[in-house]
Amino acid sequence: MLVRVANGAWAGLFGLMSNALEKRSIMLVHLSWGARLGLLGLIVFAGSAIFAPWVAPYGPDEVVGDVWEPISAQFWLGTDQIGRDLLTRLIYGARNTFFVAGAATLLSFFMGSFLGFLAAVRGGIIDQSLSRLNDLMMAIPTLIFALVVLSVLPVNMLTLILVMGVLDSTRVFRLSRAVAVDIAVLDFVEAARLRGEKTLWIIFREILPNALTPLFAEFGLRFAFAVLFLSTLSFLGLGIQPPEADWGSMVKENKDGIVFGIPAALIPAGAIAILTISINLVVDSILSRTTSLKGGRG
Amino acid sequence: MTVSLSNPLVMMVAKRTALGFLLLIAISVVIFAGTEMLPGDVAQSILGQSATPEALANLRAEMGLNEPAHTRYFNWFGGMLQGDLGTSLSSGSDISEMIASRLSNTLFLAGWSALVAVPLAIFLGMIAVHYRDGFIDKFISMTTLAAISLPEFFIGYLLIMFFAVTWNLFPSTSIIYEGMPFLDQMTAIALPCATLTLVVLAHMMRMTRAAILNVMSSPYVETAELKGLSPFKIIFHHAFPNAISPIITVVVLNMAYLVVGVVVVEIIFVYPGMGQLLVDHVTKRDVPVVQAAGLIFAAIYIFLNMFADIMAIIANPRLRHPK
Repeated sequence: MLVRVANGAWAGLFGLMSNALEKRSIMLVHLSWGARLGLLGLIVFAGSAIFAPWVAPYGPDEVVGDVWEPISAQFWLGTDQIGRDLLTRLIYGARNTFFVAGAATLLSFFMGSFLGFLAAVRGGIIDQSLSRLNDLMMAIPTLIFALVVLSVLPVNMLTLILVMGVLDSTRVFRLSRAVAVDIAVLDFVEAARLRGEKTLWIIFREILPNALTPLFAEFGLRFAFAVLFLSTLSFLGLGIQPPEADWGSMVKENKDGIVFGIPAALIPAGAIAILTISINLVVDSILSRTTSLKGGRG
Repeated sequence: MTVSLSNPLVMMVAKRTALGFLLLIAISVVIFAGTEMLPGDVAQSILGQSATPEALANLRAEMGLNEPAHTRYFNWFGGMLQGDLGTSLSSGSDISEMIASRLSNTLFLAGWSALVAVPLAIFLGMIAVHYRDGFIDKFISMTTLAAISLPEFFIGYLLIMFFAVTWNLFPSTSIIYEGMPFLDQMTAIALPCATLTLVVLAHMMRMTRAAILNVMSSPYVETAELKGLSPFKIIFHHAFPNAISPIITVVVLNMAYLVVGVVVVEIIFVYPGMGQLLVDHVTKRDVPVVQAAGLIFAAIYIFLNMFADIMAIIANPRLRHPK
């Protein structure tokens, strides 16, 4: 039943958004304050990641002070467990977090939406086997699956992107198949089939342009989950490996200070929280009619 | 109601159960294949890069790695079904023994979290429906939105920071052992339990609210209002029972999430459970332990999902009372 409700919601959302685009309404004008705040947060984070060498006050591996110095004018967020500037580490760490989470989300969208559209357009045995395989993959909790696979694979950025991307593509597959099934029965797709167009043409020229809007909103959510997922893996010591750092591994590095009342680990953890909240605020205002249907993590 | 196979309810439950077991077998294949067929050599990773070819060949023969993959799979899964989970590569000890006490610790933590989170989520959901679009509803939905976005370790360390370090109310590490007095156990798991509750509460509460609101526009709710029943009575006696099926689904799905969320929470609070065992042995690349722990996690997850579907089937009165 839930699936049917979700499908209806997506169809409604699809109409809503294409309507908004038709009217050429500029998005910013209609954004709520929450969404503007979220956008601001995203711009600040993305900007500091891109311009890290110019923004950061120190070098990323430079030991500049004592261990776990408190917040001061010299060290805006204090120093970490070996005396590096936390703000600098945070800015450079943003690069890894954004890059790996972004690449994994892109991969999951390329894979998931292509296969989802393929299943919807071709139907029959292709649809059945892809969908059942997808159900099987989704029946294992993502984190457990990732841990099992990472126990045999070398842990590096490429593996992380591939594992996260493939596991997340199952969610994208389900959504894009559901969206594409609704589009595939429309007259213009029928017309394209009768013209004798190939499957790839139908996928890229007929289905994709009409499915872009719901997929775009989903992209934001999936990216937020990818950030959380990568941070979790890094926190467990199975994500980005030292000397490289992302926000999750910064939490891991500084966690021993917590019991002495040193809040250094909370700063990268808070950054992750602010980033995912920002993304959710933006997506939520776009999806305001369907917020209650937004899925949980995993 | 007589129980017979002609009853559609019994048929559907039986089908769903069979599907669950089929899925479990399929998952065991996926987990086995995921660790065995991927590039990487177990013997090499045990002995290291400097191992001689003879030593590698000996170890492979000893571990049965020269057998074809399907033979090894059936040996492994057959052993699993009989409760023999094999031996650990890193410590050489029996995996069943390693897992037994840790599994009960994990279920203890997850169980208490569920016991706190589920009634709280449903209660808050009803409150939100009662004050819908008012300040309390907006406040609850804002805080739950924030809670969905927060990583477990942020919530966990924040709780440690305040409740363990600043106010010294609860221990920051959850040490738990057999024969520990009940009250001490409760104190030990208070913070991890609170973390898990906060993590799953938001989603459950939002879905409860949505499910009840869905029913609130029905004619019978209007009738109840016109009869002059109190708003809470309407929500509790008329709307809630009719929204029970989606609520059960989302509650059990969140229980399944809890089983996964427990992995991270156990690391934060150094709790001796399955999650810590799994992560430790992934780091040590101890494949047999990872396979066993992964399969147990997946089995619990599948079982809960199956349970959710069966409860939803049973909650449907049309299937319960066939014509």
